[in-house]
Amino acid sequence: MQCQLCGKRPAVVHFTEIVNNKKSDHHVCEKCAEERGYHVPLLKSKFSVGDLLAGMVDQSGQGEETKVGRVQCPRCNLVYSEFKESGRLGCSECYTTFRAQLRPLLRRIHGSTKHVGKAPARDSERVALRREVQRLHEDLQRAIEHEEFENAAAIRDRIRAMEAQSAGPAAGGAA
Amino acid sequence: MKLTDQARHLGRWLDGTGPASDVVLSTRVRLARNLKEVTFTHRAREEQLAMVYSSVLSAVRKTPVLATSSALPMRDLSPIDRQFLVERHLISNDLADNGRLRGLLLLPDETVSVMVNEEDHLRLQALASGFQLRSAWESVNAIDDELGQDLDYAFSDELGYLTACPTNAGTGMRASVLIHLPSLVLTRQIGRVLQGITQVGLAVRGFYGEGSQIMGNFFQISNQTTLGQSERETIESLERVTRQIIDYEQRAREELLKDARVQIEDKVWRAYGTLRHSRVISSQEVINLVSAVRFGLSLQIEGLADVKTLNELLIRTQPAHMQLWAGRELEQRERNVLRAEYVRRLLGEDISDAARSN
Repeated sequence: MQCQLCGKRPAVVHFTEIVNNKKSDHHVCEKCAEERGYHVPLLKSKFSVGDLLAGMVDQSGQGEETKVGRVQCPRCNLVYSEFKESGRLGCSECYTTFRAQLRPLLRRIHGSTKHVGKAPARDSERVALRREVQRLHEDLQRAIEHEEFENAAAIRDRIRAMEAQSAGPAAGGAA
Repeated sequence: MKLTDQARHLGRWLDGTGPASDVVLSTRVRLARNLKEVTFTHRAREEQLAMVYSSVLSAVRKTPVLATSSALPMRDLSPIDRQFLVERHLISNDLADNGRLRGLLLLPDETVSVMVNEEDHLRLQALASGFQLRSAWESVNAIDDELGQDLDYAFSDELGYLTACPTNAGTGMRASVLIHLPSLVLTRQIGRVLQGITQVGLAVRGFYGEGSQIMGNFFQISNQTTLGQSERETIESLERVTRQIIDYEQRAREELLKDARVQIEDKVWRAYGTLRHSRVISSQEVINLVSAVRFGLSLQIEGLADVKTLNELLIRTQPAHMQLWAGRELEQRERNVLRAEYVRRLLGEDISDAARSN
């Protein structure tokens, strides 16, 4: 068997990669393996996630292909079609610019579009407060459904108090 | 810090003392972070990268844990030095290849490091010996908290930490274990196990050699998703799955011993014999033979090398390590001869640390 990368030397390194339930077999020669770091099982493979992503992106919005492709990020000037090729966004603003396209993609990759992990030290108080308010809103809904009106009123008061609190320090705390 | 000195030591994460280290070689947790005001690395101008580099450096100097770390700008390192860091799992191929302003901040024991201007502005990493997901997460979480006091990270309430590739957005966390599963491979159960892993949202990378039956048998299992799950939940689910796989491996091991103890012992001792007496050997062959001997250790066969020495063999016989050891560039053919010599020394009797570094 010839090396899949150079096509010249015999393939001596064989490995299987399974990502997102897709299995792919790789057969490469010792030289190419060494160059790409495959000879060591411990190293990250160089077949980029970007390639895979590009494949996933392609499934979405085929009708609007060209129009969507031309959407451009006002901050870093990245055009959506460039993202489709490289699988890399240009800046944090891209997440807002391409929000409509990214949401279905994120859902396919992660099965969710909601961050529930930690927040940076600087934002953590604000984020914790926001999540707490969100949780209270859910409690409120449940209380109303169960006709626990006294409880519902108490929850509503807590939500109001917290919202007032979050409006306070945010206005004064900006650097 | 000189890398030739670093080459003589073995990172603490390879010392073979961690929990379940007969099956799990090492644990890694990394976090991807970007600075709010700068475009992502691949689209940033050189002066922006310089700004990122100096902001990170100044933030690092203020953090208690990383204050003693060394800064290694990629530009100042030779290709062999950079390859050495790749072989040591401290930087990615990507960071090593690129001539732009990139660097590594590294603690001397290699347990915690920060890549600067890789795909994301910061890649914080914790490495631990054996199976220690929680403590690796705690180490990397602590430096993230510290750096986050000083650096303004790109973060959205909805999508979490914003990263160059949307596959990392959210927690920005990739947690992984490097695991050795010879019994599952030998009993041909590995395919089913791997398939099961990918069905629960984890990814696996496996490596196979050619020819004999006992090959590398090393697999890396990692989380695949970074949204919709907290860091702790991700860590816990990876931990649960890994524990189950360790259990499968141990059961397969018992089956094998029942059916073919002598044949297996024969393979283990032949592998050990080859390592101790060969005169020309490739890295690939070392990996395969080490895998076999490691298997022998897990079967409690006495008289073999210990786990630490086997880990050392895996890491220190790679090309850049061999060249730093020799103090010069070596052709592949020369390396194979020198490698055999190095392996014999490491496995020889009564080798002191001083002799190892000569």
